[in-house]
Amino acid sequence: MRKFTRLTGKAVPFDSINVDTDQIIPAPFLSIMRTDGYQGLLFHRVRRDEAGELNPDFIFNKDIYADASIIVADRNFGCGSSREGAAWALVDNGFYSVIAPSFGDIHFNNEMNNGMAPVQLDDAVCADLRAQLHANPGAEITVDLETNTVTAPNGDTHSFSIPEFNRERLLQGLDEIALTLGYESQIETFEAQRQRTMGYIDD
Amino acid sequence: MSTSRTMFEKIWDRHVVLTRDDGQTLLYVDRHLCHDGSRQGLSKLKAAGYTVRKPDQTYATPDHYRPTNAPTIDDFRDSEMRGIIEELADNARLFGFHHFGLDSDKQGIAHVVGPEQGITLPGLLMCCGDSHTATHGALGAYAFGIGASEVAHVLGTQTIWQRKPKSMRITIDGTLGFGVSGKDVVLAVIGQIGTAGATGHAVEYAGSVMRDMNMEGRLTVCNMTIEAGGRSGMVAPDETTYAYCKGREYAPQGDKWEQAVADWRTLPSDEDAVFDTEVSVDGNAIAPMVTWGTSPENVISITGVVPDPASEPDPTRRKIHEGALDYMGLTPGMRMTDVAIDKVFIGSCTNARIEDLRAAAAVAKGRRAVVSTLVVAGSVPVKRQAEAEGLDKIFTDAGMEWGEPSCSMCVGMNGDILQPGQRSASTSNRNFMGRQGEGGRTHLVGPAMAAAAAVTGSFADVRDLMAK
Repeated sequence: MRKFTRLTGKAVPFDSINVDTDQIIPAPFLSIMRTDGYQGLLFHRVRRDEAGELNPDFIFNKDIYADASIIVADRNFGCGSSREGAAWALVDNGFYSVIAPSFGDIHFNNEMNNGMAPVQLDDAVCADLRAQLHANPGAEITVDLETNTVTAPNGDTHSFSIPEFNRERLLQGLDEIALTLGYESQIETFEAQRQRTMGYIDD
Repeated sequence: MSTSRTMFEKIWDRHVVLTRDDGQTLLYVDRHLCHDGSRQGLSKLKAAGYTVRKPDQTYATPDHYRPTNAPTIDDFRDSEMRGIIEELADNARLFGFHHFGLDSDKQGIAHVVGPEQGITLPGLLMCCGDSHTATHGALGAYAFGIGASEVAHVLGTQTIWQRKPKSMRITIDGTLGFGVSGKDVVLAVIGQIGTAGATGHAVEYAGSVMRDMNMEGRLTVCNMTIEAGGRSGMVAPDETTYAYCKGREYAPQGDKWEQAVADWRTLPSDEDAVFDTEVSVDGNAIAPMVTWGTSPENVISITGVVPDPASEPDPTRRKIHEGALDYMGLTPGMRMTDVAIDKVFIGSCTNARIEDLRAAAAVAKGRRAVVSTLVVAGSVPVKRQAEAEGLDKIFTDAGMEWGEPSCSMCVGMNGDILQPGQRSASTSNRNFMGRQGEGGRTHLVGPAMAAAAAVTGSFADVRDLMAK
């Protein structure tokens, strides 16, 4: 997995609540294998008008954000489907951190399993960050996973917490399966005990 | 300190392999459900050089990419979908896990197949690479959806890392009125607590409404927990549960059945167990429900009118509300019973079980659908049972289509889709923009309400049709 330590980049203010993973990536694209890439698919449907043309008013279509790497979103980002394609569409289009007051539970994990840092900050802080970004399009934010801080365009810093297990994995770029198989003897012990306590289940 | 525990805590505790100092817990997965869309996880597993640790505890069935007009693999007109279905069969041969392919009499939607085959049982911890895995909690399992990387991890290790969620009890007391279904109950819950109301929580549904509900209704309620943000929704196992599980293929048999039931009786939450969050819903007040917007929380009773965004105090919500009405082509104050529809879909992991089809058929019987209507059983056994009862004949006599078991029009990725601007009455679980096809307008309803919409051409209060 790609490491995440510290990221400074342009941030897109995205003023929408309950952004579901069907919006982030529509289902028909999920047949594309991960290894073939998810470039160009982020918000594929919602960034186009009825004729299929890119809507110039949709914030992700603005030239200034072509090289953005952070999104400041609103409540319940990534709710809905478990599709990891939503995280792939984000990273393959250059976004490595989403800052929001809250996330869909499954999507939150999917981001962390793809080298992204999902950052939870209070409603008011997120609203302030979006306001700063709207006032100064193209302004940069820093997300520092070593210090668990976000630095706003105006220089204010905000602390956040992220599950320590995932933080360590992100900082080191650790593969989760290899890490878990390091505990294989505990898994085997558990399986033997399970055979005794739940032996009525025939596997 | 109290030693009382919730059902969720009891099941969690018995699956802990280890807990790290930072609270991250490695949990054991009893049974892992896979489907054709699990290919990304399988591909990741293979690319990294791992194998399936417990193929006997892994059960797969194609559902997302199965066209409802293709009885066999040779009937597929889309080579990509055919390839995806064949890939699952190839993986099953390679790794040796259970596979209910298109030629199996067990095939169906993973969340219909699990309970139906006795794969889903009380007290188990289950995962599936699909957000509607919460469904299985209806039998008293702790079951939750996972992403593709986590699918690969479960396949490779038979475990999953989790942080312990908070617990929430949603108590629905009272008695459901005539014509009110499990779907209406869960839509009412989502309408009350919102689409993020249960985020970060393991939900237990309780109260007289849940105790009185049959297993199909409980499965529908738990299924849509994710639409309130909760990854898992559970109902305490009781006599309804044991009667449902008994004799199913992968359930314990003989002496083991007795041992199992004795163990399952210890699972319900202790009387004085404390939940982090308590929600109370008045079951007496629930009417047949219908969604009007682009989030499942945008829901009202069939007797209601389209809400006015001007009455929304939060500016962000007001803007979303206006956008939803624009997308849905509705104006504030419209009566839902005046909204005409183009298409009806009865099916999906939410509402494609035998009781759902019986409820829809009871309304369709002797009537004609006036709009295009697709009815899709959730599995081969449901389809065969429905055919044995003559339900398929009721549907086709009403001019409705009768498809092969599949996720079908819920998910818009197997050929069954809405055209831009088309409006559906759908028994599925998500009314997100474009969910059923680009530009499609989805209204979520229960199966009897969907049949009522099919025979009237607009949303209708099913109670009026049932009273006839």
